Amino acid sequence: MATKYDWPSAADRSVIGRSVSRLDGAEKATGRAKYAYDRNPEGLLVGRLVTSPHANARITRIDASGAERLKGVRGVVLIKDIGDEVQWTGAEIAAVAADSEEIARDAVRKFKVEYEVLSHLVKEEDVEKAGNRVVPGQENTEGDPAKALQEADVTHEGYYGAATITHCCMEPHGNTVHWKGEKDITVWASTQAVGRIGADLAKNLAADSSLPKVSPSDIRVITPVMGGGFGSKFNIDSWGVAAAKLSRMTGRPVKIMLDRDEELQMAGARPSYFGNVKVGAKKDGTLTVFEVESWATSGVGRGGNPALPYVIEPPNQRVRHVNVATNTGPARAWRAPRHPQCAVITHCALTDLAHKLDMDPVDFFKKNADLTARPDVYRTEIDKAAELIDWKEKYHKPGEGSGHVRSGLGLSIHTWGGRPHDSQCRVVIEPDGAASAEIGSQDIGTGTLTVIAMVLAETLGLPVSRVNVKMGDSSLPPSGASGGSTTVGGVSSSTRRAAVNALEKLKEKVAGDLGASSADEIEAKDGYLRLKENPKKRIAWTAACRKLSTETISEMGNQPDRDGGKLADSGVGGVQMADVSVDMETGIVTMNKMVAVQDCGLIIDLKLAESQVYGSLIMGICSALWEERVYDQMSGIYLNADMEFYKLAGIGDIGELVVHMMTGVYDDRGVIGLGEPPAISPMAAISNAVFNAIGARVPTVPVTPDKVLAALEKKGGMA
Amino acid sequence: MVGPKETQQPNGFSRRSFIQGVSVGSGAAGALLATPEAKAAGGDVVGPGAVSMTLRINGRNHSLEAEPRVTLLDALRDRLDMTGAKKVCDRATCGACTVMVDGQAVYACTMLAIEAEGREIRTIESLSANDPVPRNFVKHDAQQCGFCTPGFVMACQSFLENNPNPSQADVEAGLSGNICRCGTYVGVRLAALDAAKEVKGGRRRGY
Repeated sequence: MATKYDWPSAADRSVIGRSVSRLDGAEKATGRAKYAYDRNPEGLLVGRLVTSPHANARITRIDASGAERLKGVRGVVLIKDIGDEVQWTGAEIAAVAADSEEIARDAVRKFKVEYEVLSHLVKEEDVEKAGNRVVPGQENTEGDPAKALQEADVTHEGYYGAATITHCCMEPHGNTVHWKGEKDITVWASTQAVGRIGADLAKNLAADSSLPKVSPSDIRVITPVMGGGFGSKFNIDSWGVAAAKLSRMTGRPVKIMLDRDEELQMAGARPSYFGNVKVGAKKDGTLTVFEVESWATSGVGRGGNPALPYVIEPPNQRVRHVNVATNTGPARAWRAPRHPQCAVITHCALTDLAHKLDMDPVDFFKKNADLTARPDVYRTEIDKAAELIDWKEKYHKPGEGSGHVRSGLGLSIHTWGGRPHDSQCRVVIEPDGAASAEIGSQDIGTGTLTVIAMVLAETLGLPVSRVNVKMGDSSLPPSGASGGSTTVGGVSSSTRRAAVNALEKLKEKVAGDLGASSADEIEAKDGYLRLKENPKKRIAWTAACRKLSTETISEMGNQPDRDGGKLADSGVGGVQMADVSVDMETGIVTMNKMVAVQDCGLIIDLKLAESQVYGSLIMGICSALWEERVYDQMSGIYLNADMEFYKLAGIGDIGELVVHMMTGVYDDRGVIGLGEPPAISPMAAISNAVFNAIGARVPTVPVTPDKVLAALEKKGGMA
Repeated sequence: MVGPKETQQPNGFSRRSFIQGVSVGSGAAGALLATPEAKAAGGDVVGPGAVSMTLRINGRNHSLEAEPRVTLLDALRDRLDMTGAKKVCDRATCGACTVMVDGQAVYACTMLAIEAEGREIRTIESLSANDPVPRNFVKHDAQQCGFCTPGFVMACQSFLENNPNPSQADVEAGLSGNICRCGTYVGVRLAALDAAKEVKGGRRRGY
């Protein structure tokens, strides 16, 4: 049913769907934007953490006296106590605050902790060696997989997986906290959830009876910008609680941002997933069965269950999953949790099966699109991607080719929900013509600020330059955390409704002047309020607002809203294809080109939507080819917790990238989140391209040169 | 990316003597110690306490007190509240702290503040939104979270001043010392190539 809140039709849109540069772009690009790390309030103390050098140990003695005696040290708080266990290297034990970072580092060196060292396990690739660290997980059977495997015309068995990676946010986790009065705390947080940090901090402080009781409303969280989270920055964390306690203790603001090695060790990891897969198909390529024995590690926790098989669901399935408890930094959500790893396990196995069937993977995946939730979407997108990467011209059978550099193509498909989160927005229109959206959301780099401004401008018939957005502040109307691609649907819906409600009030003010009998006869367009039936009968925006005299319009909009129309949706498909070259002598893989075809319903800002997809491809290239958390079982230490040996792509490593948004096709569905879906397929597509190039499967990502050479060796050399 | 030059400073301090100083003073919090060995290594020894210094930044002199071990990055961010240069790896890998020293891009996390005395330091704060590099970063959306961006902008500014009319391959080589986690390289490539048409090797501001 149509409502007044519905998105304008394509012909009626003047802002939505265009490419608008991000509105805070100049602030960021000139270094003026202030991140949590950049806050230097008067009297600031700098805090640093004391962390565990052991992968598993019990604390037997803590001696803070050396640190406390140091000139310039203002406070020490314990995070762990004697008798507590630490379960990974880098686990936080205490925090010190000092007049300068240098003194704080000196204090950490003088802080003495003694341990009873316990046995550890830090590697999970070989599940046979995991012993009693194996924790049972999901077991699920559909149909009759054993029978289906027997009856299949062609079967394939293989081992596939993806190593653990870390978030490695450019701005490390951390906060600058000032506990000013009994019930007055300000937190400048590097967070994806300004609306959640206050409650999280209040809950944690309540556990310490020596502290005054504070409620979430006593805590103001400020995050105008933040330097990357990717799913790892939803909580206040022990170091945020410690900063608050140190601020209470000293009466001064305290900044604790993690060191780079701490950031990589304890502030976010994407679980590994490995699996032994059996698949079977009919001669015509129809997939009939998928079986997997999978395992993963999320650190010492239980971990989640896999999303296997991924996207393509044959009638006969068996999944048996276990988690391996390791003494490694704990997992946190990472763009599209589980999906990228499960895409590798599923789509690499299916590509190998297609090879056994002597089928082109494009034909195989199109055929089996019937086993997905959206067959037509995938078929259309596969065709488009194939066209953009010139699949017909460039595809060859796996391993065909000559010379020491071989090229190959691979593909993967993915899905994600991206439903709108709960959101409230207040739109304020003032007599001087100022129009603002006030919303307690945050822009984590995705362009949320710009999207809100565009929705407001579109609705009020103003250019984007004439509206304001206030966000990144917990004192504004609450909006959900930015995770799971839920933000864009949430904030665009609440902003649209608030703007329609506010505009209605303004229309009522000018209805008499325009000779309209009701607000319904008036529209806002091109900076005017005008009669729908007679656009020449109009009043300029500022003149209309002057009619408010001393009054200010302030109207709320909510998501969800039962009577507010359907502005957002969930559930998308996407297809990606990779073109790589492999040096058969060195095993080095080079990116030639990648194509992403993605649907996300109605796009608000095309430029920023494309940026999300480019970024996803580049992040995916990192984890496909280089990125991996490496632990040493002997010492229990995370060997590459830095940015030199934790390898990310540089600007020369990415090849040509082509992004094709399915604009105009699915607009009627409304807005659907985009942060996760394009981050899913790159690893599987690239691994499959390497397989196509060399005719041998590198079973796990990252596809590093040593693994390429090992796969070639196993296959019998270069031939 | 060009590293700091091995030049003798007016105060007789050099990077080499600092490193030697640290190697004999290990266990003393990395501070410079007035040991006989350090003195024998040449040059006067300063520290470990705070020393006065004057840094010439964006054409203006700034006086501050800091221990000799304080990096240029920490001096800018913590002592002078010039927070445009970001601290990310703190080990000369990611480029988020890039500034220009005597016209060359430098990782500010890997140069000591006292080493930068007497040299022309240029930071992101010297650029405005209308300058070609930041303007083209915005135009091509060469940023997402923006935390690597000021370093990328300064690396790009230095690169273009020293390399007029670059090809895409030149840009990729010239900016290979900076890392972005959000994945903005496509925009950075376009921004650098477009800005190149306007920067043309000119020292636009004379410092």
